[in-house]
Amino acid sequence: MTAYDYWSIVQGALATIVYSLASIVLGVPLGLGLALIRWARTPVLNRVVMLYVSLIRSCPAVTLTLLLFFALPQFGISLEPPVAAILALTISTSAFNCEIWRASLNSFPKDQYDAALSFAMPRGLRLRRIVLPQLWRSSLPGLVNEMTLQVKSTPAVAVIGIVEITRAALRVGARTYEPLPPFLFALLLYGMIVFVFIKAQRMLERRAAGGGRV
Amino acid sequence: MGDFLVIWEQRAQVLAGLAGTLELLAFSGAVSLLGSFLLLPALISRRRMIAGIAACYVDAMRCTPFLLLAYIVYFALPLAGVRLDNWWAGALALCVYNIAYMAELLRGAWAGLPGSLIEAGKAYGFTGFTLLWRIVLPPVIIDALPLLGNQLVQIVKDSAFLTVIAVTEITHEMNGIQATYFIPFASFVTAIALYWAVCLAIEGASGLLAKKMEARRA
Repeated sequence: MTAYDYWSIVQGALATIVYSLASIVLGVPLGLGLALIRWARTPVLNRVVMLYVSLIRSCPAVTLTLLLFFALPQFGISLEPPVAAILALTISTSAFNCEIWRASLNSFPKDQYDAALSFAMPRGLRLRRIVLPQLWRSSLPGLVNEMTLQVKSTPAVAVIGIVEITRAALRVGARTYEPLPPFLFALLLYGMIVFVFIKAQRMLERRAAGGGRV
Repeated sequence: MGDFLVIWEQRAQVLAGLAGTLELLAFSGAVSLLGSFLLLPALISRRRMIAGIAACYVDAMRCTPFLLLAYIVYFALPLAGVRLDNWWAGALALCVYNIAYMAELLRGAWAGLPGSLIEAGKAYGFTGFTLLWRIVLPPVIIDALPLLGNQLVQIVKDSAFLTVIAVTEITHEMNGIQATYFIPFASFVTAIALYWAVCLAIEGASGLLAKKMEARRA
């Protein structure tokens, strides 16, 4: 492996990071929105979200990516590979994030909510001031866990030609006829990315614990 | 709608894909479950060395995307002189990957076990294998059951990656139909529906099993 080969895999790592971050940034709030719909028991939407989560949770990211990239043009919507990739990753992570947010919402102490109600706080304010600040703290471990899973599911978008770590390593291996070294280097890069997420979670948790003292 | 009729005409290929996914699930699920029970004693071993090596394996798998592992198994084993066909390479990758995850789930359930339970068992004269079989394992399995069910769903989803090494499974077959008849929407929607059905069946079965075990315990 030459220095250029290493560099091409590192470039793949940049793509992996960009795609993971984009889908996380879009998918985490989307998951919260979905969870709030279920939590508020919105009449019809509640059922729709339930169906969406059940369906997406059992749908492999590869299949979803293929569906979006190849089938949407049939309806006159053709997406560039990066857009289709981010969309697929966002759809899949939002379903998992919805379940994580919902678990925290369900275990949110009801007395606090009632206390805010007795102070005549309007619904939106109750959500913003009372529920959300505590909610993200209790959801954080689950969300970060899902983020690391998300990093590991990014190779799915390689099927529509996006060059991320795994595909970059595969290319190098195909050229040098020595597949093992690039794959091991790829393994190292994934390990580093996942490690950064876990470190960031510990840091955020410590800060949240420090700031959350009453 | 006409597109779905084409899929219906190709039902033999669709069913072959479904059968392929189910075979992968049955084989890898069974081997991973068995393997994780064998790995568990190493993970909770009091000997530092053994526990360290087992934890290292589990952590390495938890940092690796499944596709990368599948490639490593597929390309690296022939270098070591082991020739496997695509199906076996894929199934082996699924097993190696999921043994680690399932063992970690079992370790979690084991760690949550109250020490008093084991002491009470010992006080009643249970020792060795009967202690393990009668006192320790039932609550561990009941605790871990829903998570193990989730892991089986994960096996189904990971098996879709094996399309890249041309293993016969749902995504691979549907992609083939899609490319031949130019009906991407109908093909992939069928694929997703099949995955959904398989996963709902797994969830239903693990829920039913949990209820049965809970009832037997009471």
